[in-house]
Amino acid sequence: MAGGKGTGGFFKLAIVLVAILALGIGAFQPLIRAMKLGLDLRGGVYILIQAQSTPEHTVTSEDMAALERIMRDRVDQLGIAEPVIQREGSDRLIIQLAGVNNPEEAVKMIGKTALLEFKTSDGQVVVSGKDLKDARAVIDQQTREPEITLKFNAEGTKKFAETTQKLVSSYSRGDPKRHIAIYLDNQLLTNPHVDEAIPSGEAVIRGGFASFQEAANLAALLRGGALPVPVQIIERRAVGPTLGADSLAKSKTAIIAGLVLIALFMLVVYRLPGLVADFSLIIYALIVLVVLWALKATLTLPGIAGLLLSVGMAVDANIIIYERLKEELRNGKTLRAAVDAGFKRAFTTIFDANATTVLAALVLYFLGSGTVRGFAVTLSLGIVASMFTAITLTRFLLHQVISVPAFQKLWLYGVKEGQIPVAARGEI
Amino acid sequence: MNLNFNFIGRRKWWYALSLLIIIPGLIAMVLNWPSPLNFGIDFTGGNIVQIQFQQPVSASQVREVLGGLNLGNSSIQAAGNNEFLVRTTELSEEQTDQVISALRDKLGQLDLKRNEKVGATIGRELTIKGIEAMAIAWVLMIIYITIRFEFLSGLAAILALIHDVLVTIGLFAIFRWEVDSTFVAAILTIIGYSINDTIVIFDRIRENLRLRKKETIEELVNRSINQTLTRSINTVLTVVIALLALMLLGGETTRTFALAMLIGTISGAYSSIFTASPLWIDLRNFSRERHRQAAVTKSATKAKTRKATSH
Repeated sequence: MAGGKGTGGFFKLAIVLVAILALGIGAFQPLIRAMKLGLDLRGGVYILIQAQSTPEHTVTSEDMAALERIMRDRVDQLGIAEPVIQREGSDRLIIQLAGVNNPEEAVKMIGKTALLEFKTSDGQVVVSGKDLKDARAVIDQQTREPEITLKFNAEGTKKFAETTQKLVSSYSRGDPKRHIAIYLDNQLLTNPHVDEAIPSGEAVIRGGFASFQEAANLAALLRGGALPVPVQIIERRAVGPTLGADSLAKSKTAIIAGLVLIALFMLVVYRLPGLVADFSLIIYALIVLVVLWALKATLTLPGIAGLLLSVGMAVDANIIIYERLKEELRNGKTLRAAVDAGFKRAFTTIFDANATTVLAALVLYFLGSGTVRGFAVTLSLGIVASMFTAITLTRFLLHQVISVPAFQKLWLYGVKEGQIPVAARGEI
Repeated sequence: MNLNFNFIGRRKWWYALSLLIIIPGLIAMVLNWPSPLNFGIDFTGGNIVQIQFQQPVSASQVREVLGGLNLGNSSIQAAGNNEFLVRTTELSEEQTDQVISALRDKLGQLDLKRNEKVGATIGRELTIKGIEAMAIAWVLMIIYITIRFEFLSGLAAILALIHDVLVTIGLFAIFRWEVDSTFVAAILTIIGYSINDTIVIFDRIRENLRLRKKETIEELVNRSINQTLTRSINTVLTVVIALLALMLLGGETTRTFALAMLIGTISGAYSSIFTASPLWIDLRNFSRERHRQAAVTKSATKAKTRKATSH
């Protein structure tokens, strides 16, 4: 039985094939369901924010860290699961929110490019958002009135102390010039009167709030406005949930149609080896999906395109081997020798040919961004996986197949008796 | 099947056929300068919204509303069932809001399916990065092929893939198909595919050279191409099957990518068979000719100097 001859060989082959089929049917659905889908497939927002340097201030790494923290706060307020917030380069921030039902709302919330400024009556900016540490709405224990407490950082404390000291000493109580106006994006939020000099860095805006809610809203604006530097949305891609669902359905159809047609093509053109290639393809697809899943990759439209394309290129390894196989058979080799020679000769070809495609994919990965990178990953993964399955599984299955006597007819391999040298006939 | 087409002997015709496609593409690019291709917002910067109205709305109605906002010359493309793709110049967040609410006020309830904005700087970076990527890919490939084969093979393969890039870009230039960021990915994949396809043939030439029979190099190359022809055709067919499925069923977003890939793949298969190996022969003949001439002039000058010194 060791050689797998006769019915034993047939059973062994049948068991392997059924196992592959069962694995394919059983594992595909859960795997695909476990995949993380990109924004373009389930709706969501991609935002690229750039911090702007001003003549007085160049964006620093600390500014970016503060910006990242604030953005995380804002995103948390939206209650979105698994937001992606990452820095890009020295002054950019990428925010990705998948599965948002109302992308426009999210953009508004995040993209508030608020610039907070405290100005004196002569229009001079004394303190700006980057000097403010915190702003909270509270209820005063004595008066039961809502008020806002402000906390400044060290530099803000110094500036605020100087200014209030100057205002208090220059103007009498009740003078309209003894006010500090707070502007958000050049819109006046409130214009509180300075009662006394404030050296501690902790100020209170008292009075003038109709409700606690109003104070809380203003405090939120102040907090949100406490961006260290002005920012601008330089790229925004918002995909509505209906378009995402539509794209997902369409790409699923495209994948299934593409796979079925390629499988049929292989079967019709290469017959028995073609069938073997189809089984290899099942395992190939499983390997790719499992690796993508393990890498926690996010599946996007270009990624799917890369996958489908890699299937097209994956069968190339099989085609190269099978064309060699046919050639060797026509040269009069026995089936077993032809299979071995086919694999041996095809390997360098497949390796050299695929290495160059991987080179292109590597360049795409290192120079591309976002979706293009995803495409590069799926493409190179596809190539490596296809080489692996072609030289292991296809070879193993083909050896099993040729050991079954019923499968030794040459027409099953796409070669006619007449094409074989007379001397070599009947030796199979 | 013992195929025996004469690929090498008629190579002038194959070159001519390639030029027949490439030259009009180049002309189209020059005529449309400074925008040789129909660059989408990914390259130029700008906004694009995809909206679907719940009631029948015509493109001219949409244009009228946009005209009221001084955006009358924006591109408006109908995309099926009361659905439109509107491309404008770069808008601020407030301006985008204005456009959407104006459309909603004047034309009724709508579903905002896509709302994208790309800054002009991003577009510039993308273009530069794309060109950089292509250059680096070429250099890496020439190095790889020179190591595995020889420099002239690398040169011929690169010329063949420049051919494929020019055919693809040229057709996009002629038909003014829109080019987006996936186009860059498509071009680089075409480069990968084209080289892949060429190398399979070069590999066979390398093998046949080792067991060279009594035949000219033209005959040997011709034999190699014929031996790998079935594989070339069958592989390109499977890739075309995948791409056709993607193009016809995959929806709007991947169509540009699939179209570019389709053209590039077919061109890649063509150039591997009809351009790369013939070019290799021509390059080989050319460099041998130069070596021979160099040798001739060298010996000639030697002879001269001998003459000069002999008396």
